[in-house]
Amino acid sequence: MKGISASPGIAIGSAYVLTKNKVTSTGTVLKSEDDIAREMDKFNKAVQASVDDIERVKSNASQNLNEDEMDVLDAHIELLTDPQLHGDVLEKIRAERKNAVDAVIQVIGQFIRVFKGMNDAYLIDRAADIKDIGNRILENLSNSREKTPPKFKFNTIVIADEISPSDAIALDMTTVIAFATRIGGKTSHTAILAKSKNLPAVLGCGAALDEIRNDDVIIVDGAKGLVIANPDEKCFEEYAAKFRQYHQENSFMPSLNSAPAQTTDGIKIKLMANISSADDMDDALMYGAEGVGLFRTELLFMNRNSFPTEDEQFQFYYSAALKARGKPVVIRTIDIGGDKPLDYFHLPKEENPFLGYRAIRISLDRKDIFVTQLKAILRASALRNVKAMFPMISGIQELRLAKQILEAAKQQLRESKVDFDERIPVGMMIETPSAAITADLFAQEVDFFSIGTNDLCQYTLAVDRGNEKIKDLYDPYNPAVLRLIRYMIEQARKYHIHVGMCGEFASDPLATVLLLGMGLEEFSMSAVSLPAIKKIINENDYEKAKMICEQVMSMDNSKSIIDYLTACSSK
Amino acid sequence: MITKSYVITAPEGIHARPATTLIRLAKKYKSIVSLKKEEKVVLLNSMLNILTIGAKGGDTISIIIDGEDETDAALAIDHFFSQELKHL
Repeated sequence: MKGISASPGIAIGSAYVLTKNKVTSTGTVLKSEDDIAREMDKFNKAVQASVDDIERVKSNASQNLNEDEMDVLDAHIELLTDPQLHGDVLEKIRAERKNAVDAVIQVIGQFIRVFKGMNDAYLIDRAADIKDIGNRILENLSNSREKTPPKFKFNTIVIADEISPSDAIALDMTTVIAFATRIGGKTSHTAILAKSKNLPAVLGCGAALDEIRNDDVIIVDGAKGLVIANPDEKCFEEYAAKFRQYHQENSFMPSLNSAPAQTTDGIKIKLMANISSADDMDDALMYGAEGVGLFRTELLFMNRNSFPTEDEQFQFYYSAALKARGKPVVIRTIDIGGDKPLDYFHLPKEENPFLGYRAIRISLDRKDIFVTQLKAILRASALRNVKAMFPMISGIQELRLAKQILEAAKQQLRESKVDFDERIPVGMMIETPSAAITADLFAQEVDFFSIGTNDLCQYTLAVDRGNEKIKDLYDPYNPAVLRLIRYMIEQARKYHIHVGMCGEFASDPLATVLLLGMGLEEFSMSAVSLPAIKKIINENDYEKAKMICEQVMSMDNSKSIIDYLTACSSK
Repeated sequence: MITKSYVITAPEGIHARPATTLIRLAKKYKSIVSLKKEEKVVLLNSMLNILTIGAKGGDTISIIIDGEDETDAALAIDHFFSQELKHL
């Protein structure tokens, strides 16, 4: 049978059919004032009993509730005691002479319809919570509530109409391996639950599920949205093979997503993503990024006929910052130059574009372009999770001028009464040797550093890494580059500013322990690289990394360094 | 009576979790607290009403506080919208 694919993965197990006692309308008309008073009292008592139920679940320490589950339960208590709900139900009992059961069914039904009719996926899904608390009241009214949840066997696949939010919390899911439901969609509570637990789920299968009995053998193929009951031998073998393969491929990655990056001796490291648009944010979150360490803004300026307006830029930055859900987003001002020409902005052909008119040098020269971009970034900072960063700073006077222009942009916004973050953190890329050597001076004037290893390496070693003949000289393990990196990190820590790295070196698994040992606090890279780097951080010890770093810094050539790091990592 | 406007900074808007916090916060004060979005006004004691008003990230809403302890309540609510909401 086919349903909606709500959470991927393959599961093979035995069915447990979760049935609910359904309370139906009675059509009773209350005769006397005494009846009315009695039904009102019954309703109030059922609500109190429902609240007590939830408090019991909350205080049951054995259930190890996480924060999200506690939130759901707290929200349910608020819904159960909602004055609007109470007023409506009591009014129905009093004015329409309905009994408590009928009044609750009708009022809950109305709220469910209101929520389902809303133009917002989140609110539509809240209908499940309202139905859930409604059923709880009804079960308490009719004393039909099962007070003890069922005990599942190993490898149970739960078959149900739907998994209500409170079921999801009250049921012991440790032996559950998949879900299949009659109703529900991709954004339903069951789907969210399945994804958060990394269990395959197929939802909205309809009446076809009614044929399934307890202990039937069930295969759930989450990605394809398939539920197979009592498969034949061939089908079973086929899925058994798929199951093994799926688990090999996905064995370590998903489990790492939610866990923080932390060394074995407890040093927390921030793992961030490099992105180029709001769309990249989905991947970043999926791979467990704790924010964005580098939001390149060039994409918005390319493939078009004119500079993007302030509003266009604002939308571009704001949508990414919004998607980051409060996690920090570092927006870098444009890093264009002779090597990345724009159709509508004539840049003279240069002998040495990497040593030429580019990045912050253009921004400081063309203040009109710069101010527009800064105002758009500042407006996005109204979300309070945005940081601004300048690329390719080579001298302190450039930084000061850039900050002055930022201040002017702020003043313009203040005058037009536009909201922005007055204390927006301001940082700089360190990617020129001159900035690296004077990191102590810069550290006193910015809120954070982000080390750009690609340019730093080519400027320090005087190597164009696009040049085939000399590309082997491009080597971030050259002691000169490593010394600069270590010096910058030391100075940042000395002046108590945040230091991250957003160049390719940050995603090189061989360099992770070395960078940890240097004291790097934040690694930013393309999202797909995050799980592998997180794994290395989680398996290593900061004190040991410091010793490895000392060893490396005493070596005089990159071959010895690479050999040594390779030996350390294979231990 | 104190009226203040806020831009919702949480991307999901005022969903169940912040609504729970907000209701419990408002309950601590004697003042009557209401929430206004465009022309709709609801009392800040009902989860159902707060959710139906549908305040999303980026929306502007107003909070109206009326009562003897309105100054204290306004401070607490101000802190909620400027500091806490984005973490909820």
